[in-house]
Amino acid sequence: MASELPLTAIAAPTKGAAGRTGLWRTERPVIDYSKCVGCLLCWLYCPEGAVIRRGDGGVEIDYDYCKGCGICANECPAKAIAMVEEGVG
Amino acid sequence: MARAVLSGNEAVALGVKLARVQVVAAYPITPQTTIVEKIAEYVDRGELKARFITVESEHSAMAACVGAAAGGARAFTATSSQGLLYMSEMVFWAAGARLPIVMAVVNRAVAPPWSIWCDHNDALSQRDAGWIQLWAESAQEALDMVIQAYRVAEDERVLLPVMVNLDGFLLSHAYEPVDAPEQALVDRFLPEKTPAPYWIDPSNPRSYGTIAAPDTYMEFRYKVQEAMENAARVIEEVDEEWGKLTGRRYGGLLERYRCDDAEVGLILAGSWAGDAKEAADALRRKGLRVGVIRLRATRPFPAERLAEAVEGMDAVAVVDRSLSPGLPSVLAAEVKAALYDRARRPLVKGFIAGLGGRDVTPLDFARIVELTLKSLKEGVGGVECYGLRGGGGGDG
Amino acid sequence: MVTVRELPVEEYWLPGHSACPGCPAALGLRMLGKALGGRFVLVVPAGCTTVIQGIYPRTPSRVPLLNIAFAASASAASGLKAALELRGLDVPVVVWAGDGGTVDIGLQALSGAAERNEDILYVCYDNEAYQNTGIQRSGSTPAGAWTTTTPSGKRERRKDAALILAAHRVPYVATASVAYPLDFVEKVRKAASIKGFKYIHLHAPCPTGWRFPPSKMVEVGRLAVETGAWILYEVENGVLKLTGRSRALLDPSKRRPLEDYLRLQGRFAHLLRPENREQLERLKKSVDEAWETVRAILERGGRVF
Repeated sequence: MASELPLTAIAAPTKGAAGRTGLWRTERPVIDYSKCVGCLLCWLYCPEGAVIRRGDGGVEIDYDYCKGCGICANECPAKAIAMVEEGVG
Repeated sequence: MARAVLSGNEAVALGVKLARVQVVAAYPITPQTTIVEKIAEYVDRGELKARFITVESEHSAMAACVGAAAGGARAFTATSSQGLLYMSEMVFWAAGARLPIVMAVVNRAVAPPWSIWCDHNDALSQRDAGWIQLWAESAQEALDMVIQAYRVAEDERVLLPVMVNLDGFLLSHAYEPVDAPEQALVDRFLPEKTPAPYWIDPSNPRSYGTIAAPDTYMEFRYKVQEAMENAARVIEEVDEEWGKLTGRRYGGLLERYRCDDAEVGLILAGSWAGDAKEAADALRRKGLRVGVIRLRATRPFPAERLAEAVEGMDAVAVVDRSLSPGLPSVLAAEVKAALYDRARRPLVKGFIAGLGGRDVTPLDFARIVELTLKSLKEGVGGVECYGLRGGGGGDG
Repeated sequence: MVTVRELPVEEYWLPGHSACPGCPAALGLRMLGKALGGRFVLVVPAGCTTVIQGIYPRTPSRVPLLNIAFAASASAASGLKAALELRGLDVPVVVWAGDGGTVDIGLQALSGAAERNEDILYVCYDNEAYQNTGIQRSGSTPAGAWTTTTPSGKRERRKDAALILAAHRVPYVATASVAYPLDFVEKVRKAASIKGFKYIHLHAPCPTGWRFPPSKMVEVGRLAVETGAWILYEVENGVLKLTGRSRALLDPSKRRPLEDYLRLQGRFAHLLRPENREQLERLKKSVDEAWETVRAILERGGRVF
């Protein structure tokens, strides 16, 4: 086993270094695209980088990694993001 | 080869220059100071193309060496005593990070009380760090040892930092004739670059020294042990190769002096081996067959070579220039551990001597042999603090 | 000033890392990567970011990252920069250290590196306590704040790291906030274009340690600036200029009442009780004094010293 390891703890860049952190959530952000004005502030302020910019200029949530912190919902100037309890409905 | 009269420290500095060290980060402390002053001169005059980082502490000195070595440069520092203890956290770091840094430690007693004089407690306090620890007897050996150290450290089978120890004042400030090898010879002996596996490389990003959970830490740490086991072989190989190139070889892991037919041996590390050898010669003239085993490496501890070297001896005196209160004799304990499983082994008596620069002469070594033979007659080894004023200091 | 749209889409700090939900350090790292286009190396001492990386063999960092002991980041960065230069690699070396590793245990090495004018960018992400070890007070904790080692509120005022660095006469010192990421990005880019020692002190409101819901992280950071508790400025070659939102706040009447910032945070909850009025006044006084210092500097043409 020791011989399979590198010289010392040398780690490689990995998405999900801590696993599927989306599992941490107790609530999830849901975007109402009818209200979204495409300002990209949610993308800017997400500490996780879990807001993905789409080719068409819009955004979508990466639910695999979104931890449900709610900053995007709090900051959205158009109030287009709602925090919805996980596992309900 | 050019011959010059150099101090132990000047010899180390010359070794650093010949090794084409690229980054030096150091903080002054007596009696190391003339090493770094000499290197500063070399850099200032353009004789050594290196970056000299005048850090604000020894902890930073080793941290800068870690950064430099991780970045792919050949790095060097030097210190003593308090400075070594202050940088201890980073000393452990360098070994765990598997960085081929070389550090000269000019051995000096540890405070309090304040003492600028020689003993080995500083280096031996770091014996668990994972650094290879080598000990020089002469200025010539100190020069050669710095160059050998980089060769050992950078060997792919090793990749561990190396501590080159030289006795404070007794060797660091003593002047001897020294042969300097040609730069071309050193360039052939020492590859130009440090090995690839550990360079920080923007085109291949990695995170170094991350957290290792309990399921991997043990294996990472044990790799240092495996590297030490390799180092034992590599140290011998390198010394042998150096011997072929220069005519100077030092015995690899340990030097045997008149041991072939010896009935009693003196085991020690450092420059006082010279005094021990003089005592051995004097005792031999009186008919006592004395040999000296100078430990050139204490890490890796040369158990195999030691067992071979003491064969035929009835008793050995292990003379420690250090004290581990509660033990108390470091090298004696390690010698006993190395010999414990042997079917036949000599009586081992430990002596603690020369702390804080107390003078130990050939006459003292002769007396130590005498005391050892007395213990042999009584069949009890033990440990004695030699020369303690007012009596006491042991059971012998 | 760069716009949101102009920022690179690339992430250099990958999602799915170990940070708390709403972590300002994680946001800061995202912005740092976008500021420098992923072309830099990081030196990270012990602190939150050590743990945010996760556990071997994975890391979220897409740039080379050297983890190092707590007190050692500025020195390790100095050595690393020397080595990279010797290899002809012109890549910025960026220290990313918490307030503990900067103003307390790391201060000596930082001061040494600044005095030597090492060519590195040192960014301190300041969450105002030793958050990683469980919210103990640091030299950067503001007066009055609850921490686990100051349960009745810290009595002493905090160190002013940015001014300490300015006193070293380095080419560039700035304060910034994760609540104003574009201002931070501009400062990082400016710093990276300068040779010599650069320091950015980045305000990082920590939901876990300051006791507020994660969703409020950016809002708390914004209120820190709006109330004047945090001042955005830069010092270029010894000359200070307010930046961004702080430019309009030299006039105290333009600043929102400090309570607007404090009441969102559990760590200041006790300060708003009438029996602790004195502690609250001390904190307000220290905010006013910081602005008076800035005013005096601006009145002599911005010369800090």
